[in-house]
Amino acid sequence: MSLATPEVPRILIADDEAPARARLRDLLDECRDTFPLAIVDEARTGKEVLAVLEREKVDVVLLDIRMPEMDGMEAARHMAGMEQPPAIIFTTAFDSYAIKAFEVNAIDYLLKPIRRERLLAALGKARSGPGVSRQALDAAANQPRRHLSIHERGRIHLVPVGEILYLRAELKYVTVKTAQREYLVEESLQHLEDEFDPAFVRIHRNCLVAREAISGFERNSEESESGWAVVIRATGEKLPVSRRQHAVVKQFK
Amino acid sequence: MPRMADVASINQTGSGIRLPNFCNLGVMLRSLLIANLFVVAAALARAATLDAAWLEFLLLAAFCEPMLILSLGLLCAARRPLHRMGYVPALAAIGVLEVALAWVAVQAGAGLVPGGSPPFAQVALLTLLVTAAVLFYFDLRSRALSPAVAEARIQALQARIRPHFLYNSINAVISLIRSDPRGAERALEDLSDLFRVLMADNRTLTPVAQEIELTRQYLAIESIRLGERLRVAWRTDGVPADAMVPPMVLQPLVENAVYHGIEPSPGGGEIAIEITRAGPQLHMTLTNPMPAENRHAPGNRMAIANIRERLQLHFDAEATMKSEVRDGIYTVTIRMPYLTGAAA
Repeated sequence: MSLATPEVPRILIADDEAPARARLRDLLDECRDTFPLAIVDEARTGKEVLAVLEREKVDVVLLDIRMPEMDGMEAARHMAGMEQPPAIIFTTAFDSYAIKAFEVNAIDYLLKPIRRERLLAALGKARSGPGVSRQALDAAANQPRRHLSIHERGRIHLVPVGEILYLRAELKYVTVKTAQREYLVEESLQHLEDEFDPAFVRIHRNCLVAREAISGFERNSEESESGWAVVIRATGEKLPVSRRQHAVVKQFK
Repeated sequence: MPRMADVASINQTGSGIRLPNFCNLGVMLRSLLIANLFVVAAALARAATLDAAWLEFLLLAAFCEPMLILSLGLLCAARRPLHRMGYVPALAAIGVLEVALAWVAVQAGAGLVPGGSPPFAQVALLTLLVTAAVLFYFDLRSRALSPAVAEARIQALQARIRPHFLYNSINAVISLIRSDPRGAERALEDLSDLFRVLMADNRTLTPVAQEIELTRQYLAIESIRLGERLRVAWRTDGVPADAMVPPMVLQPLVENAVYHGIEPSPGGGEIAIEITRAGPQLHMTLTNPMPAENRHAPGNRMAIANIRERLQLHFDAEATMKSEVRDGIYTVTIRMPYLTGAAA
């Protein structure tokens, strides 16, 4: 058994159930003889996983799909935005939807109870092969994310989707506006619209507004083509409605 | 009419019992037979002698048979919309269809039948009479057979344990084997008791104490996985020991509560189970927290619908089941007749 040197894969165990974590620890200990490794930490929710990743260098995450607060699927999607994302090995006891989605999108997973041989094979593959792509994860997920993630100098900042007032496309980025501040995310407005439908409504080619954030509409013939502007409750901002999206004004009236 | 309500609700779940499946060969043959008995009766009534009756029957049959076959074909083609519209509107629709066919037959028959067609009013009335007789027969028949259907449905509705629970439990037991062999043994004993009941013939009522014990065993397994996140408050002091309940009426509800109320929350929560007797009724109330961002609503409704249907099959309209979410607390209440071992 070798000591944890930088070349040894550093592994994070993520599962909300203590026995499941203990079992993985036992298995990983048994793997050490043939596959030197280091166990970095344990996490009980997707959020804890992201917190550990900010703090520690992690090479492989053994990620349970069903966890409270933030499930493994969403945590994986946030991880995919990191500069050097860890390899992900999903684990699940039974989730027919996820398993089907993983098969379709060629994402590896382990079924609980996990066998040592399978775990070893997955660890070997995780070290050599390319990680799971962002596209594959997005395609496999059947739920919208509950947060958008902003990656700044190794930090992962999470913005709850419920706090977003509007999303506005600007060249390469999308501006995410909350009552407190603005963020930039590298995503496509079209994808965001598809993912968060029907919580957000498109009022302009470059703008999606949270339905919850709308306090009303105002006649505003100068700035907007349609003659209407959306009023944002929290900030009082007025966002122009384009002629093509004029129908949304009627939806709300 | 509680019975009627019961049957109607079974209809809604997709096994239309009262309106026959007109595409079924047996149904077609029976309909033709009944209609032709009328034709024979009519022929006998119209003819002066028995020999003449034979000819009369052939003549009438030539007039009726194309119409019968055409109407069966149309009913077969239209069976889905007919089943969807409910029993009474479907009866009206069939009546209208048959009268329209009668009109067509009278028009077409004018040139074909020697001596011209009988008057439309007469044909229409006769048609309605035959239609009513056929539908009445099928209604009676489905009522006679429905207890068998109900029993088959109870069997089909047997509560199923979520595979999610099975595999997670096995995983938890495996993790116990090294550290706590005695705990692992106990967990496997509980698991096998649970599956014994699941695989048993669950068509008859069982003592409520047995259902409570089963639920306790289930919760013991879950608490291995969930630890302190799972807290349970039992209020079963007021339970009559001799009360009989449908098997697997409580455990699936508790399983739901764990899946939807406890697992999605990092801190867990409390499930409260109360069973009391209220006069001639037994009340079961179960509450659990409902985390705001719950994502597993569909599975929930399935288990609830399953129990509701089994209650209905056991107790007809005498049992009710309600569920509501208020202030982040999910509550299910079941009221069923208080039956003792002797009565059941």
